[in-house]
Amino acid sequence: MNGLSRRDLLRSSLLSGAGLFIAFHVPGKARAAGPPPKALPDPNAFVRVGPDGAVTVLLAHSEMGQGVWTTLAMLIAEEMECDWSKIRVEHAPAAPIYAHPAFGMQMTGGSTSTWSEFDRYRTVGAMARDMLVRAAAAKWRTDPKKLTAANGVVTDGRRKASYGDLAQAAQALSPPKTVALKDKKDWKILGKPTRRLDTPEKITGKAQFGMDIQFPGLRTALIARAPVFGGTLKSFDASNTMTVPGVEAVVKVPSGVAVVASDYWSAKQGRDALKIEWDDGPGAGLDTNVLLANYRGQAKGTGGAVVGTKGDADAALATAKKRIEAEYDVPYLAHAPMEPLNCTVKLEGNRCEIWTGTQFQTNDQTIAAKIAGVPQEHVTIHTAFLGGGFGRRANPRSDFVAEAVQVAKATGVPVKVVWTREDDIRGGYYRPMFLHRIEAGLGEDGKLVAWRHQIVGQSILADTPFEKFMVKDGVDATSVEGVNDSPYLASVDARRIALHSPKNQVPVLWWRSVGNTHTAFAMESMIDELAWAAEKDPVEYRAALLTASPRHLRALQLAAEKAGWGSKPPEGRARGVAVHESFGSIIAEVAEVSVDADKSIRVHKVTCAVDCGTAVNPLGIEAQVQGAIAYGLSAVLHSELTLKDGRVEQSNFHDYRVLRLPDMPQVEVHVIESGAKMGGIGEPATAPVSAAVANAVYALTRQRLRSLPLRLV
Amino acid sequence: MKLHVNGSVHEVHAPDDMPLLWVLRDRLNLTGVKFGCGMAQCGACTVHLDGRAVRSCVTPVSAVGGRKITTIEGLSADGSHPVQQAWTEIDVVQCGYCQSGQIMSAAALLAENPSPSDADIDIALAGNICRCGTYQRIREAVHRAAALNKRVQR
Repeated sequence: MNGLSRRDLLRSSLLSGAGLFIAFHVPGKARAAGPPPKALPDPNAFVRVGPDGAVTVLLAHSEMGQGVWTTLAMLIAEEMECDWSKIRVEHAPAAPIYAHPAFGMQMTGGSTSTWSEFDRYRTVGAMARDMLVRAAAAKWRTDPKKLTAANGVVTDGRRKASYGDLAQAAQALSPPKTVALKDKKDWKILGKPTRRLDTPEKITGKAQFGMDIQFPGLRTALIARAPVFGGTLKSFDASNTMTVPGVEAVVKVPSGVAVVASDYWSAKQGRDALKIEWDDGPGAGLDTNVLLANYRGQAKGTGGAVVGTKGDADAALATAKKRIEAEYDVPYLAHAPMEPLNCTVKLEGNRCEIWTGTQFQTNDQTIAAKIAGVPQEHVTIHTAFLGGGFGRRANPRSDFVAEAVQVAKATGVPVKVVWTREDDIRGGYYRPMFLHRIEAGLGEDGKLVAWRHQIVGQSILADTPFEKFMVKDGVDATSVEGVNDSPYLASVDARRIALHSPKNQVPVLWWRSVGNTHTAFAMESMIDELAWAAEKDPVEYRAALLTASPRHLRALQLAAEKAGWGSKPPEGRARGVAVHESFGSIIAEVAEVSVDADKSIRVHKVTCAVDCGTAVNPLGIEAQVQGAIAYGLSAVLHSELTLKDGRVEQSNFHDYRVLRLPDMPQVEVHVIESGAKMGGIGEPATAPVSAAVANAVYALTRQRLRSLPLRLV
Repeated sequence: MKLHVNGSVHEVHAPDDMPLLWVLRDRLNLTGVKFGCGMAQCGACTVHLDGRAVRSCVTPVSAVGGRKITTIEGLSADGSHPVQQAWTEIDVVQCGYCQSGQIMSAAALLAENPSPSDADIDIALAGNICRCGTYQRIREAVHRAAALNKRVQR
């Protein structure tokens, strides 16, 4: 069966306490057959109309701050002609019908939600409108073509019926086989700055995050995990722990030792009292300084998997008029979402019920089913609001879900596993450390004629189920995105790009904007170095290389113009620029910086030009660009995760530093409505800010900083 | 012990060293107050004690005494506090997890300083981390809340 049964829908609406909703009904036969390829979506699964006229949109994607709660609802509302004030939103349950249209599994990531759902959600809205209009036509015994729908009301010019009045009759109709979607010029909601629908609950403390799940009988567990990645448990002594009031059980689970208690504080006290001996294993010697030195050595060699090659880069470098070489490196980074990881699991009979904030429902379901020993369709996932995701809650290994199922299984009670901030910072699944070594040759008039590039860093996808799709000939696409597809390199006739993907015990994962976090830093810093070496203006130098990339060029020139590029910056400040494409969108950023007396870098302003094709919610785009720049600036100015003797040296926000309000620059966002294929917006602004700031620091101080976080000496 | 929370008195049984945060969340089910770091580094747990912003994650419940505790749930009955109104108008929130703390810090600032400058806001809210990076709109919204406050008083 595809999707939900009607009973499930009714049950979920009753459980949510939202009153009785009438769901659109799709005939049982059609449901059982499942949608043939390219069939219209089942509107039943995506929208419900209540007798009070409330329209509830079910989200196939998770709201983690990026605004899909609002944007996807806008898509349905536009075509359905809803009264916007009557829109409600819920996370959909985990079910095959909610699979990502492009990826085939239910998930949120890769800045894909809006573009991938653009047709499906609008189509659902159009189908629902069609059924409501036909219901009104039947009621009034007239031709549906004579009726119009707007603002949640169908009318023939004389009579009016609200969607609430028509819902019950509409559900008896069969869904249309085809629908026409509106022309862009007729949009009433899409393209208009629209405030978020989740604000009321998020400013009153009512919004429910995974951490906030409570029900009678639920216990809280903390897990003591190995202090060294890959370490294993030798022995433990829980005698002190068991004397802590509130502690009920201490159990061994694959990831360590779980202390199960009546509440968080008891579990924390209990865990602190554990005596554990670990076998550190081969990760005990890990040291990020040594690792980086090894990476440098590897980058100097000529091996590696070939990412891209054209002409004879060695020969072209040897004969270039000027040769510039540089190495750029970035450290491991934790995602550190504000809500520490957590997952609640209840096992009952052959059912497994999960409450958590996740970006990866299908994956979590598969893994939970295996551990719990139940069929996958018996794993229910209630997706709560995510207190930040940034990639950490989309783990191919479903680590935080898997271990919660393990604890529930080992103890036989419903349990919420909570991570402390220390657990989060030290828990792995980091943005991998990376090193880029680039040698570039300039010819006459500073023209770029040769490019030799070695990239070294762990593969995110190696040893995951995604390896077979996204690692080709030894090249993990996420390690090289932003280099192999760079528009600058398209014009270079002699180039070679190679990748080394060393392995070690540190678990790595995608971190907002993934490979671009390092490739944009390396590429946009290097291009800037070349501009200075060629004695050209950095904007003009880029523009000359981007003549065949009109979208890049336009974004670059717009950001430069709006930032006042070419005019004198305020006293003591300088500007730097970067332009980078990722997730189908192009973003140019100009950073204006100064340096304080203590040599700390202050970013005053970032002016951005954004081309994501079509802007569905400009207010949301502005928020995502501001937020992505803030996230990126944490890594540019502060964050660094290091290991010594196999142990992570940082533990909480005092030593794993992130951007705070006084560091926040004024971010100005200019949206280019290019009409190009729609791209993403959650991630793309994150990456270029590193190079924009580093380039500005160079313009100001003539110190070229090639390591993140940037530190002036 | 007795706790004065959001206008009512609660009898609570908890160890003396249990942080107020966990008493509010796990004993009184006031889950609007958030756990973010456990060491007064992020501000997600900010509540008011007699109107002043404190980090409840490092405040032992035994140290509260008879002081009046206000959590995000008690700031207004319906989200109509000027800070909440401004947050809505400026469309501040993203994931929302830190916003209870941000709002409580902002409300305490405005109670003390009705017309804060950017620098005042930076200082008062430097202890509240937002990983989504809503800082720019937070600054704008605090100014907006200050203006709304004045309108109410007129």
